[in-house]
Amino acid sequence: MKNRTYHSILISKGTSRLRRLVSFFTRSWFFFITSISIFAVFLIILFVAKDALPYFHLRGIGEFFTSIKWYPASEPPEFGVLPIIFGSILVTILSTLISVPLALFSAFSLSDILPFSVRQVVKPIIEIIAAIPSVAYGFFALVIFAPFLQRSGGHLLGIGVWMIGMPLFGVIIIILGQAISGKFISSRSKISDFIIYSVLIVPAFHILYKLFKTLSAIKIESGTNAFNVSIILAIMALPTIVSVAEDVLFAAGREIREGSYALGATRAETLLKVVVPAVKSGIFAAVILGIMRALGETMVVWMASGNAAQIPDPIYNIMEPIRTLTATIAGDMGEADHVTGSARYHVLFAMALFLLIFSFAGNLISEWIMSRSRKKWGK
Amino acid sequence: MKRITILFFALVLISSMIILSANQKIVIDGSTTVGPIVKAFAEYYMALNKNINVSVSESGSGNGAKSLINNKCDIATMSRFMKGKEFKAAVEKGISPVAHIVALDGLPILVHPSNPVQELTLEQVRNIFKGIIRNWKEVGGPDKKIILISRDTNSGTYETFSKLVMKKEKIVKECEYVGSNGAVKGRVQSTNNAIGYAGLGFVDRTVKALKINGIYPSKKTVTSGKYPIARPLFMFTNGYPKMGSHLYNFIRIYLTKKGQDIIKRIGFVPVTAYKK
Repeated sequence: MKNRTYHSILISKGTSRLRRLVSFFTRSWFFFITSISIFAVFLIILFVAKDALPYFHLRGIGEFFTSIKWYPASEPPEFGVLPIIFGSILVTILSTLISVPLALFSAFSLSDILPFSVRQVVKPIIEIIAAIPSVAYGFFALVIFAPFLQRSGGHLLGIGVWMIGMPLFGVIIIILGQAISGKFISSRSKISDFIIYSVLIVPAFHILYKLFKTLSAIKIESGTNAFNVSIILAIMALPTIVSVAEDVLFAAGREIREGSYALGATRAETLLKVVVPAVKSGIFAAVILGIMRALGETMVVWMASGNAAQIPDPIYNIMEPIRTLTATIAGDMGEADHVTGSARYHVLFAMALFLLIFSFAGNLISEWIMSRSRKKWGK
Repeated sequence: MKRITILFFALVLISSMIILSANQKIVIDGSTTVGPIVKAFAEYYMALNKNINVSVSESGSGNGAKSLINNKCDIATMSRFMKGKEFKAAVEKGISPVAHIVALDGLPILVHPSNPVQELTLEQVRNIFKGIIRNWKEVGGPDKKIILISRDTNSGTYETFSKLVMKKEKIVKECEYVGSNGAVKGRVQSTNNAIGYAGLGFVDRTVKALKINGIYPSKKTVTSGKYPIARPLFMFTNGYPKMGSHLYNFIRIYLTKKGQDIIKRIGFVPVTAYKK
């Protein structure tokens, strides 16, 4: 009986060879398909590097990274890319600072705080933001947001102070108040708590008001600047981060949360101490994706950053126009032909190579951190 | 399945009809300044000749020259003359560029309408863009920082400005660069303390053009050569087109009465307006 069953599965020798052949070809075909994308990446690096290296032959490495003079069109030309690298980094950091907290808090509230029905409606709407073409964002930034910043940018900053400051100071006051009342007062009562909180609220309010006053007085001279672009880029990065982070949080599952509740944890403890650590690497991946979106965006920065190749004076003045790597590559490509000034052509590839290495390094570091945290958490 | 087959055949039929009906094509690429002129010409010419398709791209004078050199277009529109290097590259690739001057253009210096400054000298404009004059009060305006707007270095407009105004000296690093004449106008009309430059056709009531060395930029002062920042606008073809061909007819539109009306309507100066 056993023997017969075995026999019926076994195929004859001839078919076996045919099958093996088919299987071999199918497998190589799929391998080929998969390797196309790897090939593409490899070829991109190869060709960008091929056109980038002549620049360093022609002009050396020093000027590229140290000079702050970007005059590709004048005679003799100067190719100081430092301010442009600075611009790219500035815009990326700023937009990350704006988008990451916003996006992560939205993801937390969508996955763990708001009712499920709200999530089902809100998440697709947030994802629609990703479907708007970047030129539309650029147009908005240039035609609507830039004049608005010039007219009433100070007020916007002032309102921003209250919007960020109120909850932030609220949390700080609660934590401080708890700490103080726990330390110095043995018998806690509602009255003593009330006194401590009101003592803390007054200086907090004062600081906020001072900040509001100074920021409201700022007059933005040119609306196309690092600040404008950073806000728009932050909005563009939002859906990526929210969507990926929320997926990851959602995928953590009910069991882990129910287990935590069963042990007597509160909702905040469950979210911050159980769920988030469990999916830390996924959230990190979401953030990296958002940062890469901001670093690589071209159209918006070309339209709305002002494209002035300068390091702002003072260096933290984000209301000055700046220029980024991507915008320079896109904007200068036309005139920079092979024949009409070859250093000018190759410098763009040198910049592209730098950008490529930069984002590659970013990806590698994030991969490394993710694999490390995966090991740590046994996931 | 049937429906898909029908749809497929319908698509094939329609596309082949389109291809067959517009079998002749004129491809134009180049300057954003000359763009409006050739677009109007293209509209006019396509209305006269149903079986020809004129496609116009505006990617800057440098790109126009590049397209012509690589034989990607029939006409390169340029707001500056071809550079020696470009000529050399063209000849090496077997292309012989021939220039046709379509129209004349001035480069008005634009400020916001609320700006009280009416007049600057060429020297003052140069010093503003060099960063020596940084405040409007130094040239008789309000005590406000000057916001500089320039075309990107990829444009013929920039090249003209750099040659005629800057005398090839460097523009200060704070200067903002934008990608089109329309964007220069947009930035100036929405920014109180801005100064910029664009083609004559882009001046309207929303921005104010300044007198330069006492001369207001107008069709008359440009034609007479009195306005100091003026330039011819070019169409470049590969050799002189075969007489009687569509390309020949097209590049001669600017010589006709209709063509000159179009140029005037858009705000540029026809080459043949010698009167007045």
